Amino acid sequence: MDRRPTVTVHFDGVEHEAFVGESVLECARRLGIPIPSLCFLEGISVWGGCRVCVVEVAEDHRLRPACATTCVADMEIKTETPRLRAYRKSVLELLFAEGNHVCAVCVSNGACELQDMAVQTGMDHVRYDPQSPKRQIDASHPKYVFDPNRCILCTRCVRVCDEIEGAHVWDISYRGESAHLITEMNKPWGESMSCTWCGKCVAVCPTGALSYQGRAVGEMEHDPAMIKRLALARNRHEWLYPEEAK
Amino acid sequence: MTRARIATAWLGGCSGCHMSFLDMDEWLFELAEVADVVYSPIADVKEFPQDVDVTFVEGALANEDNLREALHIRENSRLVVAFGDCAVSGNVTAMRNPLGDPIEIVKAVYVDAPDRDGQIPEKEGIVPPLLPRVLPVHKAIRVDAFLPGCPPPADRIQAALEALLEGALPPNRGEAIRWG
Repeated sequence: MDRRPTVTVHFDGVEHEAFVGESVLECARRLGIPIPSLCFLEGISVWGGCRVCVVEVAEDHRLRPACATTCVADMEIKTETPRLRAYRKSVLELLFAEGNHVCAVCVSNGACELQDMAVQTGMDHVRYDPQSPKRQIDASHPKYVFDPNRCILCTRCVRVCDEIEGAHVWDISYRGESAHLITEMNKPWGESMSCTWCGKCVAVCPTGALSYQGRAVGEMEHDPAMIKRLALARNRHEWLYPEEAK
Repeated sequence: MTRARIATAWLGGCSGCHMSFLDMDEWLFELAEVADVVYSPIADVKEFPQDVDVTFVEGALANEDNLREALHIRENSRLVVAFGDCAVSGNVTAMRNPLGDPIEIVKAVYVDAPDRDGQIPEKEGIVPPLLPRVLPVHKAIRVDAFLPGCPPPADRIQAALEALLEGALPPNRGEAIRWG
């Protein structure tokens, strides 16, 4: 029995108990209430950048990112309204319009959280003009490839490399439409002295931006159980692989 | 009952969507019982006819011919379906967009790359000039329904046609709208 103190919150009109300090997204996930998300990854810090997990909170006209909103007493949260559906779909359209996302030729076709989220939010086409930015692929690393055309700046790689691996190879540089990922002080990834080749960044990338050398279209695999282990093992004090622990 | 008049068109795409159309196999016989395919790259019809009920447009708009044809199709079709990822988003056809001015790309491919006799292919009225940017179909004409996929699987095309034959729009939820 979890003995943490709780507060009462309402999800779509139904009363629930939230732990004090718990985010709306964490609470909803624990209760089995579906809220879509993209940049969120359980076990690492919250970024709140993608805005896919927006929810409505009563008497506030602003939408709130569920991952970065803390549950407070008597909060009335709506997770599924026509307005939210419209905004989530717009977010996906903007993400697709911003980069060069060509599912048909992508290593992650069929194993992509962005592609899945487009299906989930009902994006059948993009109303905005595609920006078609010109971006250079970094294939200098012997083991991995970075394709910024497919990057949505979710910063999962930045966070997992810093907080779990402790290497902090990745960062975001520049601003606005020029913002992009860099390795070390904007050196080619292959020349990075701090990269440990652990591959955590590749494992958690939701799109095809980070992948393994030598993989062709649709050959990327993401293992959700491994990602979960990567991000949560430390919190759970799991120092051995499940098969070793037996 | 009047027979439905269906057309398919092939603009800036690889014809993979039409191959997928043929993948509907024996269901095509059932389609032929209730509808006429009045124009298609796989039927011997030269001119796009008038009074078409629904046209499936494969491919993005890459050159002036594509654009002219799209406008002509819109004028003569009650419903236009963006058929496949190129029509929906530009997809592979639009991968030249980040590279900028198309004439530079044509030069690189046809003039700089060959060992000898490089030249820009051009002939008035035969080789249509490229548009500065490849456009998805809905950026030039009104599109009534989107059928993504590269190519859309045959069962997805069949589901769209079945809905259209019953006077409804194709399904636009769930796996019916998956890109790639």
